[in-house]
Amino acid sequence: MTTVFDEKIHSTLGDSRLQLAIYKATGRLMENRKKVVADDVLPDYQELRQQAHEIKRHAINHLDYYLEEFERNVQARGGVVHWCRDGQEVADVVLSIAKRRKTGTIIKSKSMATEEIELNERLEHHGLESVESDLGEYILQLNHEKPYHIVAPALHLTRYDVADIFTKHLGLEREVVIEKQTKIARNIMRDKFLEAGIGISGANFLVADSGAVVLVENEGNARLSTTAPKVHIAVAGIEKIIPRAQDLATMLKVLGRSATGQPLTVYTSFLSSVRRENEVDGPEEFHVILLDNGRTKVLANESKRESLFCIRCGACLNHCPVYRKIGGHSFPWVYSGPIGAIITPQFHGVENQPKLAFASSLCGACGEVCPVKIDIPKVLLELRADAKEKEKEVASNQLERAAFQVFAYIASRPKLWRRLTGLAGTFNPMGKQANGMAKVPGFMKLGPLQEWLSERDLAPVAPKSFRTMWKERKG
Amino acid sequence: MTSREAMLKEIRTSLKRETGTPPPPPPPVRLVIPKVDRAAKVDSLLSKVAALAGKTLHASSMAEAREYVAGVIAGKSAVASNEPFLKEAGISTLPGVQCGFTEEAALREACAVTDFGISSATYALADTGSLVMISSLNEARLVSLLPPVHIAIVPAERILSGLDELYMLVPKPSDISSSMVLITGPSRTADIEQLLVRGVHGPGEIHVVVVD
Repeated sequence: MTTVFDEKIHSTLGDSRLQLAIYKATGRLMENRKKVVADDVLPDYQELRQQAHEIKRHAINHLDYYLEEFERNVQARGGVVHWCRDGQEVADVVLSIAKRRKTGTIIKSKSMATEEIELNERLEHHGLESVESDLGEYILQLNHEKPYHIVAPALHLTRYDVADIFTKHLGLEREVVIEKQTKIARNIMRDKFLEAGIGISGANFLVADSGAVVLVENEGNARLSTTAPKVHIAVAGIEKIIPRAQDLATMLKVLGRSATGQPLTVYTSFLSSVRRENEVDGPEEFHVILLDNGRTKVLANESKRESLFCIRCGACLNHCPVYRKIGGHSFPWVYSGPIGAIITPQFHGVENQPKLAFASSLCGACGEVCPVKIDIPKVLLELRADAKEKEKEVASNQLERAAFQVFAYIASRPKLWRRLTGLAGTFNPMGKQANGMAKVPGFMKLGPLQEWLSERDLAPVAPKSFRTMWKERKG
Repeated sequence: MTSREAMLKEIRTSLKRETGTPPPPPPPVRLVIPKVDRAAKVDSLLSKVAALAGKTLHASSMAEAREYVAGVIAGKSAVASNEPFLKEAGISTLPGVQCGFTEEAALREACAVTDFGISSATYALADTGSLVMISSLNEARLVSLLPPVHIAIVPAERILSGLDELYMLVPKPSDISSSMVLITGPSRTADIEQLLVRGVHGPGEIHVVVVD
């Protein structure tokens, strides 16, 4: 990709501890998935995949309609929908809410959309404290790292790394027992959950017919982030939309199984508004931020559009022989593995990430395990073609094109060709060197030719062309 | 142009769609509801919960459930939800149990320091071992969330076969509550070295008591 990432790839390949960590973690996730999608435990798994694919295809193909329906349903229950083109606009929305609520502490649950726009950094820049509450994300936040894997963000760290990070950033005594490390994070977060004025979550699904945000998790931090603070803000990419709550019966079945091998994750929250009159607890404000950040661009190509069906399960990473060797940080953006290789160039422009689509052996495993049946290998090939097209555009500068036009003109006119090559023989512009080779005239030592000719001599032009000699011989 | 207008315009241009054109009908909903008798549902629910390291009891009466809960909390502190049958069965009036919270601030304070949270569940899902918690005056969200141990008492007739039956009975959860949460086992993480640790932010221990 770039030199930095080439170096990252090589350092990852050369780090045997890291290689083992990636291999073991992705291997375990693969095994877990395999057990719960097997024919004898889930005979209709392929039908569910097909249904999930059709739901997403329908939703994305009519995205404008479902987003507006979603917005109406959120508003009808007293929630607010914000449309944001990029990270700056998201930060502005959060900042204005924080200012109005006079709060400086925000508790966050895991969200790839907020990683994408570096929301924590943006908020911290304005003096707010924004704390990740997912254990893995919290460790990464302390150590200023980006997620290594979509569902297992701290996959690359050992308990000893975590001990070092806690000692360095929290000033705690070294603790290497994982249960105790978890307890440390729990205790820190307890206070944060209860004091934070705002909770920010992502969204696994946005449900159009209900105006609801669906969150899937195992730790309980997303529940706490969306229940304890007075304000809940969900930040979601616009592609998260599904038409109906009943579609969740399909989507939830494939998501948990593909991600971690769980038929359902520990907590699935279906949140649709502020606390209602006949309820005891829940937030006073409910906001949903619909994030573009490059997504609308991806829609334009009907074939590559299916990249937006992704439900971020991470199965394609676990099954990718390339990801399993080069790891998550070798990819240039927060999305790694096959899905990262297809969405990064589309979000950032293929001219800016021309090599990413080539970081694949096209073995097809990613497409086979994708729970929404995105044909990732096909999209990779299309992006390769796009990258080559762009390359051609850039490479063929005008001089080169002009030179070939002249050549084509001459070469397609035999009489002209014979006359000109004949002249070359008569006048021999290149002369002869002592070694019998031609002397390359200065006018040829231009541009790319200069380098080529610096190591080579040319044969002199023959005084007579073959055609002429043939004619003379016969005559 | 606002960001909203700009985004919608770009989406419509890319999709070649006109403003306000309704889409064709979405793919038919896929809900497959197996016929399972009550005994099988009870067995499935309890075995799934047990497989997730939850503690289980199949009680033949509310009195038996009450006895079980009394033994678990053993005089420590607990917060019970306002579910009427918990009161009728004498569970929310066990020694050390607080209940009757209708104010969020007081509930939060109590839940933050108590040892046990006791609730019912609107439904339970037999095939995954899940509790379905629909928020209401009877069931606050924090009772099953803040305390380190969650005890749920579920009448057997509330057990559904699975997700499909739930979404058939509750096609739009938002029509009845701001929050519907499915709880499948104790809170857990595998974020460090993929090793399972229970009890991160939610309860690390869960008891499911099914009452006939």
